[in-house]
Amino acid sequence: MVNTKRRSVIKLAGSAAAVASTGMAGILASGRTPAYAQQKAVHWLRWVDFVPASDTLLRKELLPRAEKELGMKITLETVNGNDLQPRATAAIQSGTGPDLIQAFNTNAYIYANSVVDLTDIAEDMSKREGGIYKYCRSLCSDGKMFMSMPWAVPGAMISYRKSWFEEVGFNAFPKTWQELHDAAKKLKAKGRPIGQTLGHTFGDAPTFTYPYMWSWGGKEVEADGKTVAINSKETIESVKFMTQLWKDGCDEGALAWDDTNNNRAFLSGTISATLNGASIYIESSRKPDTYQTEKGTPLFKDILHSPLPAGPAGQFGMHLMQSDMLMKYSKNQAASKEFLKWIHDEKNYGEWFNSQKGYSTPCTAMWEKNPLWDKDPVMAPFKVAARLGQAPGFAGLPNQKAAEALSKYIITDMYAKAVQGMAAEESVKWAEGELKKIYSV
Amino acid sequence: MAVTAVSTAGARKPPPRLRKLEDERWLAAVLLAPTAVLLGLFIAYPFFEGVMLSLSSAKVGDPGQFVGLANFAKLWDDNIFWTSVWNTFWYTGVTTVFKLGLGLWLAMLLNRHFKGKAIVRAFILLPFIIPTVLSTFAWKWMFDPTFSVINWSLFKLGLIHMRINWLGDPSLAMDSIMVVNIWRGVPFFAISLLAGLQTISPELNEAAAIDGARPWARFWYVTWPLLLPVTMVVMLFSVIQTFADFQLVYVMTGGGPANATHLFATYAYQIGIVSGLLSQGAAVSLAMFPFLFVIVVVQLLYIRRVETR
Repeated sequence: MVNTKRRSVIKLAGSAAAVASTGMAGILASGRTPAYAQQKAVHWLRWVDFVPASDTLLRKELLPRAEKELGMKITLETVNGNDLQPRATAAIQSGTGPDLIQAFNTNAYIYANSVVDLTDIAEDMSKREGGIYKYCRSLCSDGKMFMSMPWAVPGAMISYRKSWFEEVGFNAFPKTWQELHDAAKKLKAKGRPIGQTLGHTFGDAPTFTYPYMWSWGGKEVEADGKTVAINSKETIESVKFMTQLWKDGCDEGALAWDDTNNNRAFLSGTISATLNGASIYIESSRKPDTYQTEKGTPLFKDILHSPLPAGPAGQFGMHLMQSDMLMKYSKNQAASKEFLKWIHDEKNYGEWFNSQKGYSTPCTAMWEKNPLWDKDPVMAPFKVAARLGQAPGFAGLPNQKAAEALSKYIITDMYAKAVQGMAAEESVKWAEGELKKIYSV
Repeated sequence: MAVTAVSTAGARKPPPRLRKLEDERWLAAVLLAPTAVLLGLFIAYPFFEGVMLSLSSAKVGDPGQFVGLANFAKLWDDNIFWTSVWNTFWYTGVTTVFKLGLGLWLAMLLNRHFKGKAIVRAFILLPFIIPTVLSTFAWKWMFDPTFSVINWSLFKLGLIHMRINWLGDPSLAMDSIMVVNIWRGVPFFAISLLAGLQTISPELNEAAAIDGARPWARFWYVTWPLLLPVTMVVMLFSVIQTFADFQLVYVMTGGGPANATHLFATYAYQIGIVSGLLSQGAAVSLAMFPFLFVIVVVQLLYIRRVETR
C-alpha cells in the first residue's frame, strides 16, 4: 500500500462520514430514524351543502388560502348528510378517519366519549362575537365540555307560493294549523298540495314534527329529564289533526321523501308549500330562467317564507344545528384546532356566510347586524332562526337520550304510522314505549 | 446401455423433501391452511366478535360491559324488530317463489333452439351482473314519488288518474322492493336451471312424448324430478342471499316508510351504525342466525333425500 499518513486516513474517514451522514447510509450510520418535518394535515368531513356555491367557495378559495396561511394540507370531503353518522361510527370504532366531522343537531352527544373538548375555542368565539345562542350552546355543550364547535344553523321555514295562497284567499301564510288545514284542502283540490316529508331523513322531518308536537302542547319528557310525558291528551290531539291534514291537504307520496324530494317537487310546481331551508328560494333565484311559474314568470318572485303556524300551545321552531367535532383518535389535533380558529375568524367565516345568502344563520349574536339580512326581505325570517330555536328532548335537556330518540325517528314515526292508518292513541302509545326504553336506562 | 445402467443401478431413494410432499396428511394440512386462515380471519373472528358485541352494552366509542342476553330481551319487546322478522320472511318467501317460477320458465324457453340463442342467453344475465346499487338506483327513479316514469306512462295511457305511491305506501313499498329483487334474481335462477336442464337427455322427453304424455305431464314427471337437485341448490343460495339482503332495501327505501320495509340487515344497520348502538345492532343481525340455520338445514336435508332417491 502507498504510504498513507494517519492524518489523511482520518481526513478520509471524516469526509466519508460526512458523505455517509446523508441518505440511507447516513441513516444507518447514525442509528436513529430520520426526523422529517411532518406536514400538518387536516381532514374535514362535511355534508354536501344544499347551497352548492358555498362548497365551491370552500374548495376554490377559502381552503387553499387556509393552506397557505397555516402551512398545512386541508382535505375537504363532502358526503350525503344522512351518511355523516355512519361515517362517524365507523371512524370511531376503527380508530381512524377524518379529523373533523360535522355533527347535526344532538349528534355530538352520541359521540361525546370520542371527541376532544373544544371549550377554549368556543368560549373565545362567544366572547368575541356577542355570545353563542342558548339553543346552539345546549346542543354543543353538556355544561361540562364543548363536544363540538358550533358552526351554523340552517333555519327551517315554510317556503310557499304566494300567488297560489292568494288564489284560495290567504294573503299571508296561515297563522294557525286550522287555517293551514283550510288552505291546504283548497289547494290540494286544485292539484297543489302541501308537501311535507314524514320519512327517515335528518332535516325536514324532525324540524317539522318536533315543533308541530310542541305547538299542540306535547312533549317527550318532563323537565326532570326522566319521566316520559308523550302520552298526553295534547299529543293525541296533534296526531289526530295531522292525520286529517295529511289526507285533506298533503302530498301523500311524501312518506317516502328524503330531504331533496321536496326541493324537487316545489321547483317543478307540484306542491304549494313545504318546510325547508332557504335552498328552494336560493336555487330558483340563481336560475330565474330555469325555474318559472306556470305563467312564465320567474319562480323566485312568487316564493315567500314564513315560520310554522301556531298551535294551541304557541308557535315553535326547531332548526338544524350544524357543528364540527374534533375526534379523539385524530393525530392532528393541534392543527385541527388551529384550522377551526382560522375558519371561525370573522373575515373568513364572513365569506362563507355571505355565500350562503342567508341559508345559514351563524351561532353568535353579532351576525344579526350583518348587512346581508337587509339585502333581501324574502330572507328576513331566517335572521333569528338560531335565536328562537328549541332543541329536541324538551322539556328535558337535549342530551344523549334525546339524541338517541332523534336518530331513531320516534316522533316522526309516531305521525307517519298514524297517517298510514294506525289509531292516534295507538301510535302515541307506541312512541311512549319506544321513549321509555331510551329514558328508563 | 445407459438405460439399463440406470435401471439396474438400483432405485435411488428420492430426496427427503420429496417424501414429505408425498405424505398426504401433511400436504392436506398445508393446502388447507390458507383457506382456514382466511375463513378464520374473515368469518369466524367477526362472528365471534359479533356474538361478544351482542352480549355487551357497547355503544360507539364506549366498549360497555357484559350484560348477557339483555339486548335480546330488548329485541323481544321491540315491535320494529318483529316487523322486520316478518318482512324478511315475507320478502324471501314471495321473491323465491316468483324467481323460481319465472326462472324455470325462462330456462325452458332458453333451452330450445332459436336464432341468436347465445346472445340472448348472455343478455339475460345483465340484471344479475349490473352492480346492485346501480340498478336499484335506476329502479328508485322509476318509482320516484314525483317523477316516476311508470306513473307517467300509466297516466298517459289513461289507466290511472292519481300518482301511485310506490315507495310511500307501506305495502306498495314492499311490493316495489320485491319486484326489483325478482328482476335481479331471475337470471341467476334461469342460467343455473338452464345448465341443469341441459344435463337431461332429450331422449327421455321424446320417449315420454311417444308414449303419449302431454307437455305438462312430461314436465312434471320427467323434467322436474331430474332437475330437483339443481333447483334445490340454487334455491338454497338464493334464500340465503335474499334473507340477508341489505343493499337493495337500503338504497330503495332505507327501511321505510316508517319501518315498513326493514329487514334484519337494514334494521341492524339503522340501530348499530346510524344510531351508534353497536351492541343492539349486533343482536339484531345475530337474531338472523337461528332462523337461517333452520332454513338451511331443512333444505340441505331435503337435497340429500332428493339426491339419494
